[in-house]
Amino acid sequence: MKNKKDGKGGFITTTLNSMLGWGRKFSLFQYPFITACCGMEYMSVACAHYDLDRFGMGWTRFTPRQADMLLVVGTITHKEAPVLRTVYDQMTEPKWVVAFGACAVSGGIYDNYAVVQGIDRIIPVDVYIPGCPPRPETIINALIKLQEKIQKEGHEWRFQKKRS
Amino acid sequence: MAISKEKILEDLKEKLSDNILDMTVQFGDDIIRIKKEALLDLVNFLKNDPYEFTMLLDLTCVDYMGEEERYEMVYHFFSLSHNLRLRFKTRLKENDFKIDSLTSIFRNANWLEREAYDMFGVHFSGHPYLRRLFMYDGFKGHPLRKDYPLRKQQPKIPLRK
Amino acid sequence: MKYRIQEEAREDTMLINMGPSHPAMHGTTRVMLELDGEKIINCELEMGYLHRGFEKICENKTYFNMLIYTDRMNYVSPLINNTGYVMTLEKMLGIEAPERAQYIRVILNEFSRVCDHLTALAAMCMECGAFTVFLYMMKAREYIWDLMEQTTGARMTTSFIRVGGVRSDFPSDWKKTTRIAIEETRKVLKDCHTLMSKNKIFLNRTRDVAVVSPEMAINYGWTGPCLRSTGVNYDVRKASPYLVYDQLEFEIPLGERGDNFDRYMVRMQEMEQSLRMVEQCVTKIPKSSATFHEMKKGMEPAEAIKASRTKKPEEKIKLSPNLEGAEKERYPGILAGKKYVVPPKDDTYTNIEGLINHFKFFMRGHGIRPPKGEVYFAVEGGSGELGYYIISDGTDKPYRLHLRAPCLHIVSALEEIVRGHFVADIIPTFGSMNMIGGELDR
Repeated sequence: MKNKKDGKGGFITTTLNSMLGWGRKFSLFQYPFITACCGMEYMSVACAHYDLDRFGMGWTRFTPRQADMLLVVGTITHKEAPVLRTVYDQMTEPKWVVAFGACAVSGGIYDNYAVVQGIDRIIPVDVYIPGCPPRPETIINALIKLQEKIQKEGHEWRFQKKRS
Repeated sequence: MAISKEKILEDLKEKLSDNILDMTVQFGDDIIRIKKEALLDLVNFLKNDPYEFTMLLDLTCVDYMGEEERYEMVYHFFSLSHNLRLRFKTRLKENDFKIDSLTSIFRNANWLEREAYDMFGVHFSGHPYLRRLFMYDGFKGHPLRKDYPLRKQQPKIPLRK
Repeated sequence: MKYRIQEEAREDTMLINMGPSHPAMHGTTRVMLELDGEKIINCELEMGYLHRGFEKICENKTYFNMLIYTDRMNYVSPLINNTGYVMTLEKMLGIEAPERAQYIRVILNEFSRVCDHLTALAAMCMECGAFTVFLYMMKAREYIWDLMEQTTGARMTTSFIRVGGVRSDFPSDWKKTTRIAIEETRKVLKDCHTLMSKNKIFLNRTRDVAVVSPEMAINYGWTGPCLRSTGVNYDVRKASPYLVYDQLEFEIPLGERGDNFDRYMVRMQEMEQSLRMVEQCVTKIPKSSATFHEMKKGMEPAEAIKASRTKKPEEKIKLSPNLEGAEKERYPGILAGKKYVVPPKDDTYTNIEGLINHFKFFMRGHGIRPPKGEVYFAVEGGSGELGYYIISDGTDKPYRLHLRAPCLHIVSALEEIVRGHFVADIIPTFGSMNMIGGELDR
């Protein structure tokens, strides 16, 4: 498998990568790290009305070891931040993080002593979903964007540096 | 047996005559200011028949920075059988920031007093487990005091094992 | 610093941690257990993982700005929190909302209460294993949120209630949406009754588990459905009626034993009573003072402002569709008083008094300035008596605002009532207590 470094690669490599991307994006196992009000919108987007299962993300794995997408839903306070970091470290590669809601993106309306101003101060984030709380259509739009990112990300997965 | 609010306040005045500082009414609520030593007597008196103030609704603290008696403890008691609410307030000085704990009488005072300790620093004597409730161990300071800035960042502490 | 449970633990028992990010902990509490086999000997609960500093923020924001923070406390029934806050301010200011606004408030409060109970029971049943009940109840909640969205503009965090009334009136087809919401919720409740209430597995898990006596409940300061499940008849809506609750006919369901199953049944029956109240309100609500008119016709606001320099324009002004329901003709029905309300946009654009009132309402240092003093007011929230204690010093920011969170008192009893039971009993117990993280930790 030569030509790995300049990212182009031959026919077999690119087909393999796109197959990997296709497989990964349609079978995301999510771990919803729910803390606050956005959890209600997460519950309603995962249930029958705005179904997430049709995108392949139906299975909510309740343990980080079996999940590959971490959905940080709700406000993260300074007391909760080490817990979030531990959960992120417990997940195995490849993993993606989605910051769900204004509080996870940037601290939201709470700018005070107790709230972390955005989870990207602690863990690297792939997709940011704004809104307080975001509508289900926004969430689905963001998750489709994440799926496109995963599709394109199939390249060089074995040689990618561990993100932390 | 129904007792009117006026009778209860009269009986209170009789029982704790010099420990009550004043009784006012603001916006329809009754407020009674007492001295801090009388708190346990007062609660025991009100809890029994016929007054039956058996529920502690709320317990909180207010910071009047700049005044000589800086802190004020506020207690709300409620009587289910008479459907009456009473508010009791007592002032504490900054260098004598202690008061008796109500844990032996009302069991929800446990967490309410922990919250007051966490947010203001008031010490409850007789509390079985006075420890921070909302903030993490190692947090320095008491957030709801008026001299604690809103956006103060704390120094980093090592990760808990 | 060691926890109490670590210091009190015996040598031969196991200490287990049900961590903060646990699906059955509703997100944000940590339960530490000392186990002898499967039996729980000791239990300690650590909370505070969602403490967002609500009370400290209050001292730095004006009364009107604080409204959005109150939504996010008990986020499953946000309109009840809004109502409690606004009614506390109204008690201090001495004003009362007009009758149509009170009926609107009651309808939305009762729907919020139904949403609260639906979410609580859905989570409790899902954690016991009944996943279908969760999906059905979420479906019912969507229909209720349809009505909320059409009226208030947002599904969840609405910030709709204002001092002196409500922000805007119902849309033109609200009766149809309400009827659909009530029908769908009744269908779902009927299905869930047949699935859960006589189900042997559910009964075994919840009957006679975590029994609470009335004296213990009162000593712990319990209020709301959890207190009523022990048999004590106390509801703020009947004891000290506010809004129009004294004109509505409804019953208070009471439990007998105070176990998990009673807490479940009390909530199921309260939902039926809430729907009954909404139906009564729909027939009793006084007519609006204006008919629904087209928002699309009329002058542009910029033209109207220019034209009003000489004299007041005769035509109507074309307002933005966001303001549908808040036109000037509706005002006597939905918002009362001149001093503490936002003036209607027609006035703001055309005459100088309206402009000055609008400016003064929003300006820092002006706006809602209650007289000096303190007040406590309580409404019946989804979990119990939700009380607001506000101390005002005459300026436009509160000096101190304290929320009496009903969840705190209920959850503080968990450590004691779960002793002697098995680990699997914590799940329905905690679910039936309806802990909402935002309210517990504020």
